[in-house]
Amino acid sequence: MKLTLKVWRQDNTQDKGRFETHQVVANEHMSFLEMMDVLNESLIAEKKVPVAFEHDCREGICGTCNMVINGRPHGPQKGTTVCQLHMRAFKDGDTIVIEPWRATAFPVIKDLVVDRSAFDRIIEAGGYISVNTGQAQDANAIPIEKDLSSQAFDAATCIGCGACVAACPNGSAMLFTSAKVAHLGLLPQGKVESSKRVQSMVSQMDEEGFGLCSNTGACEAECPKEISIVNIAMLNREYMSSVLGSKVTV
Amino acid sequence: MKLDAKIPAGSLAEKWTKYRSTMDLVAPNNKRRIDVIVVGTGLAGAAAAATLGELGYNVKAFTFHDSPRRAHSIAAQGGINAAKNYQNDGDSVYRLFYDTIKGGDYRSREANVHRLAEVSRDIIDQCVAQGVPFAREYGGLLANRSFGGVQVSRTFYARGQTGQQLLLGAYQALSRQISTGSVEMYNRHEMLDLVKIDGKARGIIARNLLTGKVERFAAHCVVLATGGYGNVFYLSTNAMGSNVTAAWRAVRRGALMANPCYTQIHPTCVPVSGEYQSKLTLMSESLRNDGRVWVPKKLEDAEAIRQGKKTGLDIPEEDRDYYLERRYPAFGNLVPRDVASRAAKVACDEGNGVAPTGLAVFLDFASAIQRYGKSRAHSAGMHNPNKETITKLGKEVIKEKYGNLFQMYEKISGENPYEYPMKIYPAVHYTMGGLWVDYNLETNVPGLFALGEANFSDHGANRLGASALMQGLADGYFVIPYTIGQFLSKEIRTPKIETSAPEFAEAEKAIETQLQKLIDIKGNQSVESFHRRLGKIMWEYCGMSRNAEGLKKARTMIRELRDEFWKDVFVPGTVDEFNPELEKAGRVADFMELGEVMILDALDRNESCGGHFREEHKTAEGEALRRDEEYAYVAAWEWDEKEPKMYKEELSFDNVELKTRSYK
Repeated sequence: MKLTLKVWRQDNTQDKGRFETHQVVANEHMSFLEMMDVLNESLIAEKKVPVAFEHDCREGICGTCNMVINGRPHGPQKGTTVCQLHMRAFKDGDTIVIEPWRATAFPVIKDLVVDRSAFDRIIEAGGYISVNTGQAQDANAIPIEKDLSSQAFDAATCIGCGACVAACPNGSAMLFTSAKVAHLGLLPQGKVESSKRVQSMVSQMDEEGFGLCSNTGACEAECPKEISIVNIAMLNREYMSSVLGSKVTV
Repeated sequence: MKLDAKIPAGSLAEKWTKYRSTMDLVAPNNKRRIDVIVVGTGLAGAAAAATLGELGYNVKAFTFHDSPRRAHSIAAQGGINAAKNYQNDGDSVYRLFYDTIKGGDYRSREANVHRLAEVSRDIIDQCVAQGVPFAREYGGLLANRSFGGVQVSRTFYARGQTGQQLLLGAYQALSRQISTGSVEMYNRHEMLDLVKIDGKARGIIARNLLTGKVERFAAHCVVLATGGYGNVFYLSTNAMGSNVTAAWRAVRRGALMANPCYTQIHPTCVPVSGEYQSKLTLMSESLRNDGRVWVPKKLEDAEAIRQGKKTGLDIPEEDRDYYLERRYPAFGNLVPRDVASRAAKVACDEGNGVAPTGLAVFLDFASAIQRYGKSRAHSAGMHNPNKETITKLGKEVIKEKYGNLFQMYEKISGENPYEYPMKIYPAVHYTMGGLWVDYNLETNVPGLFALGEANFSDHGANRLGASALMQGLADGYFVIPYTIGQFLSKEIRTPKIETSAPEFAEAEKAIETQLQKLIDIKGNQSVESFHRRLGKIMWEYCGMSRNAEGLKKARTMIRELRDEFWKDVFVPGTVDEFNPELEKAGRVADFMELGEVMILDALDRNESCGGHFREEHKTAEGEALRRDEEYAYVAAWEWDEKEPKMYKEELSFDNVELKTRSYK
């Protein structure tokens, strides 16, 4: 299949950036990133600088890859990261527009590479359970209801890729933050410090320059792990009760 | 050089407890004055950095990723072993120890493996306390499943994403220490050299990958938790960035590389589909709990499937060869990885492969779907369910157990595994070899420690499924925090190490020169093309089966490739900028040196054991034939451009009897 790529090139954070057009011959069994490899190999053969993009595990779990393809974070397929997207999702002759995540809190480093360290700082603010190594009791000492554990798990599957932020018209990190708040807050081990957690994580999120949530739901639609916005409702409830309510949490 | 493993005296079961209770400690006031560098933030590195931070050391942690959470531990699917015996099926510390020693084909240290089995139980407790959402039963207690090479259910799992959940637990513990200031985190920094002062590891040279600046970092000791080197084969299940550079640069500074030829080829991966392929994807071993491996009995059926004229569904039951069940009735589809991989190779070599390339076998869930369907219909009170209902219910159960894996398979292959049997083939997955370490996890360079997949210590010649996560976390949470004290307790009078020492200047200069040299070659071939060629040599001659003639040939080829690389590689851009091609060039250069040592090690080890299969040494039935009299040793290699040198650590087995491994 012959494709026309319009790829975002930007030398560094200060650079204004521009689109560059390239032709690529691909086949339908390739993954999207393998198609990008083909492009880069041809650029290198012409002694040009290849397109910088981030990727690592190439099996949809590390959360490193990030591209907006034809206007959609991670491309057209639901519940799929760029690295799992295969070229059979495209047709011969297609023009594909490839851009980086665009959000105030994720400055572009080069081409398609952005700085997502704000996510780490949100976790550092409270996205953990305060237990030192060696302090734990026997793992089966606290039975946890299967469904509850499974609900916590669904929230915990977040890969921290940032598609939610890229999809959101406000550049909000509510889905990311709420997924961690819900994962830990639902479990008995994590409940103990849930009030403190939600407050510090939300305040860090604001400090990083992420936008506010206006319930558009774009984050949920584009999340490659299909994390539900129910988590956002849970965060809001937990936040309200921690600020205004009694000590009883969700 | 004499290799002293420093194994404590006493009976096997008491060694660790006694040692831990009597070893030297560093007092809290002194811990505050001691700096520790941890390189790598996967399970072992993040767990170590977090725990050392909790203990009060000043930790500096490094990762080349944009965040510690990206480490490749995240991709581990199936689970983590622990001798909890929650299933009441006769598991114990001794049994886990024994299974691991046997699974490793009697090429690992008894004392290390026993310690691993002991601390396995604490790991599960720790992870649950951190909020890791392991699978649970309806009663709210933890669920278990079985893995290859084992007859008990001791594997804890979090759907098919166990590595992700465990790493996030360790990452969160690390994040907590970063927030308290006890760990200083350096993301996007790649270690490029080890700095030794008076023979001791005292720091590293790292490149800031954003600015390209080469920087110096000093500490009282250095801990490497930098993973395995499977990407020397180019195609592997490792992440694209996984590399040997940090470990290899330590080897270039005198650390020894132990058993480098022990490579694990995982039997169940999605087969290669074309030349452009950049990596291979694993399908968790847990699938072998329910999937049955087979190939057509008739060559003409296999041929028809390869040409797309037939599918697996067209082959009647009597014309299928369930070769694992036939050859290994006791363990069936759950034989260890090395055995399953070789059996798949044999089936394909005989012409029974089922992919267009001829390199794939079926992994079939049809009987599991029927079995689960019947059972679910029965629990739902349906007494005479029809076939459609059973199939529908059975697929639901399979989806609950393996949904994400089936989905991943379909995304890659474009085929629906609920309808058609999966096609799988072995692929490079894990490296048992690694930096030589003693019982304290200290390398032969004083003050340099190696953890997790980066060391060689616990898996012998073959690792059992769900044991990598166990070892990474054991080393990081429960071993190094104690054993590092054996070194550091003697360093409490050592003042802060300064980066102004001449050793730092020398190392920094050498790295800057090497980076510039890579840019200045301005040749005609891409880094990727060299990596691909290296991978082909390694897979062809040092892959699933090896022989002396091929290995000798490969050594010459690899040396020629290395010369060509340093003459004709093209690295675009400059040194002092964000330059992923330059990063890759350095890593491929290191792989080309490591590859030679792997070949030498495979050549030296004139026996077959675990993942190392020498065609000259097999039983009449084609199984691996060990030669315990001559080869029950660890081979630790010292790098030398011209002729790497090998040192032996003899293994002694006082608690288990060396037997021919049988899974029949």
